[in-house]
Amino acid sequence: MVKMSRFEGKAAIVTGASRGIGREIALNLANEGAKVVVNYSGSKDKADEVVELIKNAGGEAFAIQADVSNADSVKNMIDETIATFGSIDILVNNAGITRDNLLMRMKEDEWDDVIDINLKGVFLCTKGVTRQMMRQRAGKIVNVASIVGVSGNPGQANYVAAKAGVIGLTKTTAKELATRNINVNAVAPGFITTDMTETLSEDVQKQMLANIPLGKLGSPENVAKTVLFLLSDDAAYITGQTIHVDGGMVM
Amino acid sequence: MATVVERVTKVIVDRLGVDESEVKIEASFRDDLGADSLDVVELVMELEDEFDMEISDDDAEKIGTVGDAVSYIEAKVN
Repeated sequence: MVKMSRFEGKAAIVTGASRGIGREIALNLANEGAKVVVNYSGSKDKADEVVELIKNAGGEAFAIQADVSNADSVKNMIDETIATFGSIDILVNNAGITRDNLLMRMKEDEWDDVIDINLKGVFLCTKGVTRQMMRQRAGKIVNVASIVGVSGNPGQANYVAAKAGVIGLTKTTAKELATRNINVNAVAPGFITTDMTETLSEDVQKQMLANIPLGKLGSPENVAKTVLFLLSDDAAYITGQTIHVDGGMVM
Repeated sequence: MATVVERVTKVIVDRLGVDESEVKIEASFRDDLGADSLDVVELVMELEDEFDMEISDDDAEKIGTVGDAVSYIEAKVN
């Protein structure tokens, strides 16, 4: 089999890349030739591990701590990327947290934390790379939203609002940057086996499966492959879209 | 050494593809030179490169004409 290398020499920032879906996206990008910035917030060891894996396979990567909800922190990450790799060709806004609670019980800081990281973080990182991508007259951005941003989900008012916001932000960014040859799309994963879903009880998981036409949970790789497609030239004529990667749960 | 006006004019001609004779000091980027809002953002980025300076978002919003750009840069350079 011929090894695919759709991203040879491209510089990519993946936020929240130390674990789960972000990690899988970072590894897949590196595997196809991209130079990867592995952003993390708290899990330095996990991020270093991703960088090691990439380097051992002959790729280029470095880890950088940055709170995506902090403008200075984001600026530093972007400056470091340009200083090290000389360009920013790809941004994957993946960093996200959950602070689940019923609306009636949700505290203001639970709301704010999730909106800050999951929505404002996408705004700040996108704004930050846009300057460089406009200069380059090329760029690809993929935002990791969530299927609950389309369907709603009890107990996740903050997360759902943020993810629905990301879908709207994706469309607006796509329209603003289209003339500069920058594609902006989103994926909306359904139930994917990650640290986030592992904490769910068996009962809840069973219930979930009943609503998935393809009858199984998704893998981080399922999501990563879709993200890579959207980042590739195969998707050159796609912008502003949100692709559901959810086994058919929401149609 | 080219003057600020000459250098600004060159950046505008290159970026917006207009004729040098159209780049009058009172010309508005959007109304007279056919720039859209994103063109103006890019124009400011290129002026930053040309003059090796940073123009804040707040200041950039006030630059609407060729004259605005020239006087802003002259004030910063001197």
